[in-house]
Amino acid sequence: MTSDRTLLGDRLLRSYVIFVIIVFYVPMLAVALASISRSRFFVFPIRRTSWKWYNDTFASLQIKEAALTSITIAFFVAILSVALALAGALAYARYDWKGKRVYQQLLLVPIFFPQSVLGLALQIWFSSIGVQMTWTATVFAHLVWIAPIVTLIIAIQAFGYDASIEEAAMDLGASRWQVFRDITLPLLGPGIFSGFLFAVLLSWGNFPLSYFTSGASVTIPEWLYGKMIGGYTPMVPAVGFLSVIAGAIVLIVGLTINNRLQRR
Amino acid sequence: MTDTAETLPETMADASDGANQLRQIPAGVWCAAPIGLLLLAGFLAPLIMVVLFSFMPRGTFSPFGVPTLENYVDIFTQKFYISFGWSLFLALISTAILMVVSYPLAVAIRRAAPRRALVLTILIVAPLFVAENIRLQGWVLFLDKAGVLDGSVKALTGFEIGSLVTNVPAIVFGIVYVYLPFMLFPMIMGLANVPPDVKEAASDLGASRWQMFRDIELPLAAPGLLIGGLLCFVISLGAFSEAKFLGKGVVVTIAQDIESAFTFGQNWPRGSALSALVIILAGAAVYLAMRRLDLEKMLGRAS
Repeated sequence: MTSDRTLLGDRLLRSYVIFVIIVFYVPMLAVALASISRSRFFVFPIRRTSWKWYNDTFASLQIKEAALTSITIAFFVAILSVALALAGALAYARYDWKGKRVYQQLLLVPIFFPQSVLGLALQIWFSSIGVQMTWTATVFAHLVWIAPIVTLIIAIQAFGYDASIEEAAMDLGASRWQVFRDITLPLLGPGIFSGFLFAVLLSWGNFPLSYFTSGASVTIPEWLYGKMIGGYTPMVPAVGFLSVIAGAIVLIVGLTINNRLQRR
Repeated sequence: MTDTAETLPETMADASDGANQLRQIPAGVWCAAPIGLLLLAGFLAPLIMVVLFSFMPRGTFSPFGVPTLENYVDIFTQKFYISFGWSLFLALISTAILMVVSYPLAVAIRRAAPRRALVLTILIVAPLFVAENIRLQGWVLFLDKAGVLDGSVKALTGFEIGSLVTNVPAIVFGIVYVYLPFMLFPMIMGLANVPPDVKEAASDLGASRWQMFRDIELPLAAPGLLIGGLLCFVISLGAFSEAKFLGKGVVVTIAQDIESAFTFGQNWPRGSALSALVIILAGAAVYLAMRRLDLEKMLGRAS
């Protein structure tokens, strides 16, 4: 009888998981549907489909510029956050030092903070100290939130490896730099790569931090927000869906590479 | 932040004592320094600036005036506490719902074979990389009048549901949807603290499912639940787009009030006082979480 009940429980649980996953992707589906509807205002079922909104999107210089801004920001955020996080993760997991526990906890605080309020605080801070707000200010804002996350990702990898290999290399006369380059870096490789991937994608999808710090520069999520507030156009779902596809491609390529790295 | 404040003077003092002393600084401090400086300049300093501004007279743009409490008085006399109350209510109810919704998911992922658990994890993380406002717009297109849901039901049955947005439950739904991964992953880490053999032993001794859940699983998984709950509570305090798109203005949240004080209102001190309330609340929640948490154990086990 118990096994019957367990079986039923497992089935229920499985259906629940499938249901939640489907719900997770409903908005992406709705966006995709709205983007191919010809009419100015979305009405379902779609009467006439059209690629017009995609053609408009690809023809728009504004959107091209926003996409370039988003990509540039994501690139710099990823490079810088991995550099900061690599050192940060060694301090987090590898070395023992006074103040480590406090450091481990304080690093979480920016993640544990409402982003809209952080974005506004940064805006006030930048204007007060006279920093010109452009995309570089946004890179900085993204770093405050993303670098700690990447640090945690690399730290998880760093917890998992055997530090005695490093010590053995030191005993055999390897320099600090050699140990770092030939042992630490390859061992942390998969974590570094996942961290980089996370950083690119989180930056690409971020809205609140960009919105308050980018000044005249406009990222894709900001462009979408402006249109959503200023009046709906079917270019919103078209750009939105393209942005989803771009993120998905990066994720899939990234996961494939990651898979290879893990297997090595 | 106190940590960097603690270690930095040490670093400087050592530096002045010459290169020999420099080498005695532990490697950990060197490694923690860059990100510590980033957070000092990009997190602590802006928040201090906001708190300073909150004590300045209305409408000033310098943080070095004569301090006053008028902005805090304004919060109560000009009914800004209403938006604060809404944010608090939305955050609390969303967090409670998130705990219930995520728990079975966390159990399922914990039980699944490694390969399947990875696939499920990726499927749940992936939407985080899509801007929040795109996903919320997607829900509006799905739930609004003549949207995907209403349109399908009408075409199939002739019955009209009408619009399911522009109300408070829709906002709560939006928050639950957006922040689910933030509840789920700490929960999974928490469940990692429940050794399967303990459950087996309890089961052999005749414990019911409910007893096992209440007396074994829940207490052992509590740190994960706590951190997930506090994390969701704090970040949903800043809910902004959810109220704007799914609520379409039925309620104004604190983040919207803060934004309009800074932008249309051009009243930095007022926006700062409102932000300071959020900072205090977030700080209290984080303090509670940190006191109960052994990160090394949690992250070490997750690897």
